[in-house]
Amino acid sequence: MVTLPYLMALSAAIFAIGVLGFLTRRNILVMFMSVELMLNAVNLAFIALGSRLGTMDGQVIVFFVMTVAAAEAAVGLAIIISIFRGRETVHADDLTMLRW
Amino acid sequence: MPIALFWFLAAVSVISALGVVLQRNPIHCLLALIVTLLAIAVMFIGEDAVVVGFLQAIVYGGAIMVLFLFVIWLLNLGVEVGPSGHLALKLFGTIAVAAMTAELMAFVLPPHLQVKFAGHAAGYGSIDSLSQTLFSEYLVAFEVTSVLLLVAVVGAVALARRSSAAEIEQHAADTARKAQRVS
Repeated sequence: MVTLPYLMALSAAIFAIGVLGFLTRRNILVMFMSVELMLNAVNLAFIALGSRLGTMDGQVIVFFVMTVAAAEAAVGLAIIISIFRGRETVHADDLTMLRW
Repeated sequence: MPIALFWFLAAVSVISALGVVLQRNPIHCLLALIVTLLAIAVMFIGEDAVVVGFLQAIVYGGAIMVLFLFVIWLLNLGVEVGPSGHLALKLFGTIAVAAMTAELMAFVLPPHLQVKFAGHAAGYGSIDSLSQTLFSEYLVAFEVTSVLLLVAVVGAVALARRSSAAEIEQHAADTARKAQRVS
């Protein structure tokens, strides 16, 4: 049987990789994928803790996280498309409209 | 979940997560992300969260990733060439992530997380128990989620469409001018 610290450590590792991708990559789509990685790492932590505590709450929250991720992907990708339409780029450094 | 299966899935998910971060072709990043999602889905099923595991594979690994794929194709993204990003950003980002990893590991690894676990009651993680919880305790959150999805759909449509006929004509004129310049 896998013990809880292993699962939590795996979750932390995947989350850290997601943060690393978000910080180091400049392609907006890949940054977006890194956010999905982080969401999934947290999902794994929810499932592991809920399973060890014997409650269904963790699974329900993962269900909600998936819904939010779907909404976020729809809106985020629409924003990316509308940025690309005007500026022909998906490179985060080229998007300085809000820079003061 | 047997320990051997756990190590296998952990290796697959960490390697493919690194693939998301390190590869230069967005399509390859996406495929690596799908492998990670599927490995995590199998892990959910191994933790007796069967319904959520299947939802993860179908909704996340299927629907959401197809959305990403279509956007990559629509934008016609190729392999990134040349140096990407700033070296300083990478250096300090890596240091910050290493510090954060150390902190998270210090939090999760000591034995205080070792809860007593005596196996699940029958029906744990089934669609029955999931929906019992979802439609009693979390009913309000569930209803709010429907509003969230509605807002997201309307917002996505509003963002992605061209706003007026004049703008469409303007865009057509721009493309024509560009084509003329090329020829």
